[in-house]
Order: sequence, then structure tokens, then C-alpha cells
Amino acid sequence: MLELALKGSKKYYGWITALLIVITIGLGFYLKQLSFGLGITGMSRDVSWGFYIAQFTFLVGVAAGGVMVVLPYYLHDYKAFGKVTILGEFLAIAAVVMCGLFIIVDLGQPMRAINILLYPTPNSVLFWDAIVLNGYLFLNIVIGWNVLEAERNNIHYQSWLKPLIYISIPWAISIHTVTAYLYSGLPGRGFWLTAIMAPRFLSSAFASGPALLVLICLIIRKTTNFDPGKEQIQTLAKIIAYAICLNVFFFLCEIFTVFYSQIPEHMDHFKYLFTGLYGQGAYVGWMWISLALMVLSIILLINPITRKNEGVLAVACVTVFAGTWIDKGLGMISGGFVPNPLHHVNEYIPTIPEILISLGVWATGFFVLTALFKIAVSVKEEVRA
Amino acid sequence: MESSRRIFFKIAGLSALGLSTKPVLDAFAKEQAQDTLPEPQTQKGAEALIARQWAMVIDTRKFNSAEDMVPLIKACHKIHNVPKFENKRHEIKWIWEEEYHNAFPMKASKFISEKVEHTPFLVLCNHCENPPCVRACPTKATFKRESDGIVLMDFHRCIGCRFCMAACPFGARSFNFRDPRPFITKINKQFPTRMKGVVEKCNFCAERLAVGQMPACVEASNGALMFGDLYDPESEVRKLIKTNYTIRRKQALGTDPAVYYIV
Repeated sequence: MLELALKGSKKYYGWITALLIVITIGLGFYLKQLSFGLGITGMSRDVSWGFYIAQFTFLVGVAAGGVMVVLPYYLHDYKAFGKVTILGEFLAIAAVVMCGLFIIVDLGQPMRAINILLYPTPNSVLFWDAIVLNGYLFLNIVIGWNVLEAERNNIHYQSWLKPLIYISIPWAISIHTVTAYLYSGLPGRGFWLTAIMAPRFLSSAFASGPALLVLICLIIRKTTNFDPGKEQIQTLAKIIAYAICLNVFFFLCEIFTVFYSQIPEHMDHFKYLFTGLYGQGAYVGWMWISLALMVLSIILLINPITRKNEGVLAVACVTVFAGTWIDKGLGMISGGFVPNPLHHVNEYIPTIPEILISLGVWATGFFVLTALFKIAVSVKEEVRA
Repeated sequence: MESSRRIFFKIAGLSALGLSTKPVLDAFAKEQAQDTLPEPQTQKGAEALIARQWAMVIDTRKFNSAEDMVPLIKACHKIHNVPKFENKRHEIKWIWEEEYHNAFPMKASKFISEKVEHTPFLVLCNHCENPPCVRACPTKATFKRESDGIVLMDFHRCIGCRFCMAACPFGARSFNFRDPRPFITKINKQFPTRMKGVVEKCNFCAERLAVGQMPACVEASNGALMFGDLYDPESEVRKLIKTNYTIRRKQALGTDPAVYYIV
């Protein structure tokens, strides 16, 4: 089926070329980072994880979000989603590819990455994260590819796929749970030391992943002969509405515990993010924008009149995606490191090379996503014709 | 033709997957196995100092100003090839001074004594008895040495993921954001330099203990720092802990630091 990704319109090739240019720029800066070291980023002794790990965390969520089309179809026999499950699975593949790349670009010694397998350490959450992410990638490739090929050949997919499909559903939950455990089990980091971290991660994942999916569905309908369907998009919209409500609710739970207990070690990180601490607060504006976007999206998604209008829905999905991205892809990591364990405030601002490398990884992910979606949509067009 | 090539790729892919899981499965198998051969032992040198858990007592009463600490810090950083960077983001330090309310955040009372408030405190890796950094490391590049409780680093195994830095509640770890070698004033050939992309920290002078010497900072401290076996009731550190009121950094977190402070 790969050949389907090679046949496309001028616009398709234009988009691919644009992505390749961004990838090349990112790669160039990555080579610079490889020779100089991670010193070309804004990270420091105090903020030792930055933009890369934040993008990684956000994208694990997008990958897990794909399960929101798989679960209703296979567990609830919600037939309408049969049309779009492949999009959820392929989105998961592209997102996990980006996750892997963000981990690689974040490593100080990337050529030693295989040490994780050579010296397996079950007490390290990172070891389990490597296992669940690679497992999820493998599951989605096998399931997505075979189900699509069966659809192309007009036959039922192989019966041995069924157990893999069922396994892939809790597996999707596991990838974001384990990723949350990377943070929520660390004794000295008051911002992350909270049992609601994994539920919060999952709720924002189930909002941001499907939001991206709705946007892509709308683009697919505009640019191809395949219509993912009005009902499908509306059901996804309801899923996003519930998930983003839960996300804001979990956030408020966190705020209550932290600010009613008034324990400074937990409170100071929120103060830094939302009001600034000791006169430093690079993220204050961003955090309030994030909160405003999430609240706005709730209003747009809960109200049936706005939700059913696809133009407004598209806006709502953009606000969900942007709001959760700022929350997780910007605030979550910097907020945990500032103030540092000795209560110094040393801020982190990503550098230009760091952002360009990140864009390169995003472009690589969208390159994979475009190719996979091109294949899926071509098969759908073929079957319908 | 088409199908044979596909079969080849399928088999190649599965084989690669199988090979990559082998070490993982081996590790689990090893945990289960009871009747395997004993682990290889490392012979100790004749002069090596030994302990069940090395510990340090810092008598902060014997320091009057930051200047008193400079020789200790210098001694350590010199013999361990710790580089000096202008850029604060790239800073590497094994032992340094902090104000009381930074060394012991949340412990500082209001209106504390002038002396405690203004004399800096010496801080370094606590060589915790229950170290969170060791728990976090995905490659065992940082590990707690069973023979004497020192938390050590294998600079050659570290992949530079910095999970240990996030896990350490004491900010004891530094990362080589760039090649440190050009920034070392004078290289000590007795101790390895590091390369870019790995984490490092205080090693309680494991290399000196192995040849019968006390840690460099202890040696340079004129008796303000004491070093010994925490589990030997006759050791100097135990006597000091027994006869003085001592505090430890962030004791409530349960990491059990092995550095004690007499205030």
C-alpha cells in the first residue's frame, strides 16, 4: 500500500516539500547540538528538562488520544467510528514517532540510548516508558496496517488481530499513565508530586488528540473525496467536550488542595506560573491564555448550537489544542523546576535552535502523518469507487 | 518476487525485535534464578578504608564566613577536574555554599540567629541511604555501592537523560551541557575528566578512600568536617551525632541523607 503515498496532487507534494524543508533545518541545528552539546538549549543545571521533554509529554497524550475512536468502535460496537478508527491509529503512530525523536534529541549521549535495553532497570519509570511506547507503536502499526489492507481487499481482517486490538485499548491508557509517573513519583518536586497527575494527563490527552483528529477530518473532507462523516465528527466533539471539562475540573482539584493546604513547596510553583515569583514570571501570560482558551472551548463545545456548527467547532478544536499545548508543552515542565529544590528562581526560556529542532521533529511527525493519512484516504476512496 | 521480499522483511523485523528483547528477558531471568554462580568480587586494596555506610558530619559552628569554605571547595573541584564556566546555565559543582534558608528550605524560622542566617552552609551530594536518583536511572549508570553506601556514577554508561537530576531533591547533580575539558584550569591525571552529555556529582572521594585517604574536603577542613562509618558505634561521626544535635536536609522526604549538620 505504500505506493499510495507516492501518488498525489501538486498541493500534496508542495506540503511534503514544505515539511522536508523544516525537517532539514531542524536536522541542521540538531547536528550543531550533537557537536556542541545540549548547551545550545536554554536548559540549565536548575531546569534540566525543557521544551523537548515537554513536547514529548504532550505528544504521548496525542498518541493516547487516538484510542478515543478505537474504543467506541471495538468495545461499544459504535459502527459509525469504523470509518475513522484507522485515522486514530495512524495519528497514534505519527505521535509516538515524534515522542521517540524528542527523547533522542533530549539525550546528552544519544548513541548510548540502547543502554536502556542493555542494562534493563525495572525500578526506573523511564525503562517502562520505553517499553509501553514502543509496544504501542508496534501495536498500532500492526493493527492499522492489516485492518486497512483487509478493507482494501474487501475482506474481514485476520482474526488474530482481535486480541491485539483489545490489548491496544488499555495500552493507550498505560502510555500516558507511565509518562505521568515519570514526574509524579519524584520526592523533591512539589508541583508534580500529586496523584492526580496521571488522570490530568489522560483527560488533556483525550481532549487534545481527538481535537487534532477533528481538524484533520475537516481538512480531509475539504481536500479529498473521502468524507469522514458528520456524525463521526459530532461524536468526537462530544468526547472532546467531556475530556476538556474533566481536564479543567482536575486542574481545579489540584488548585484546591494546593492553596487550601497552603504548603509552600506545592504552592510556589503555581505562584510562579500564574503570578510570578520574586519578580520573575516568564510564563504568567501564557498560563492565563491557556486557561482562557480551555474555558472558551468548554463554552463552545457544551453549547449544542455552537458545537453543531462545524466552523465554530473547528475554532473550538484549535482552542482545545492550543490551550492544552501551553499547559503541558510549556508550563508543566518549567513549572516543576522553578523554584528549584533549593528554592532559587532560575527561569528557563527555550533558545531559537531548540525551537527549530523541535519544529523539525514536529515536521517529521507530520510527514509520517501525511503519508499514512494519504494511504488511508486513498484506500477509502478506492473502496468507495 | 513481491511476496518473497515481504516475507524477508517480516522475518528480518521479527528477528531484530527478538534480539532486542533478549537482554531485557535475561535481566528478569536473573532476578528469578537462585542457583546461579556468585557475582564476581572486586578485591579491596590493602590500605582501602571501609565502612558499611560512609557518612559526613559538618560542624557548621566552625565556619565563620564563606571564605572559610573556599579551600574545601577548591580542593574538591581541583582534584576532580570540575570545570569553571562563565555561563551560569552550564555550571558544574560538586560541593558549594548556600544560605541556610536555601540549604534547608521550609526549615528556616522567622528571626533566626544572625550567625545561622548569614553564615553559608556547605552542601553536597547526601549519598542518601534511600536515593531517589538511583531509583530513577534507567541504565544503572548511577548506583548505590553495596559495599559502602556511596552513590556513584558510571560516566561511560550514562545516556544523559537527566532523570536523576529531576529526582534529586537536593540539586546535587550537574550536567555537562558542553565539553568540559577546555574549562578545566589544570587537569589532574589521577582522576577522569568527563565528556559532554553526562551527569556528574560528588563521589565522597571513592577514589581516595580506596587508597586509604580521607575525602579532599574533609582533609582541607581543619576538623570542621568529619567522615566515618555511620554503622560503627565507635566511629567519629557516630560519636558526634550522639553528643550533638544534628539536622539533615529534607529529612521528611525519607531519602535518609548521610550528611549530618551540627548547627
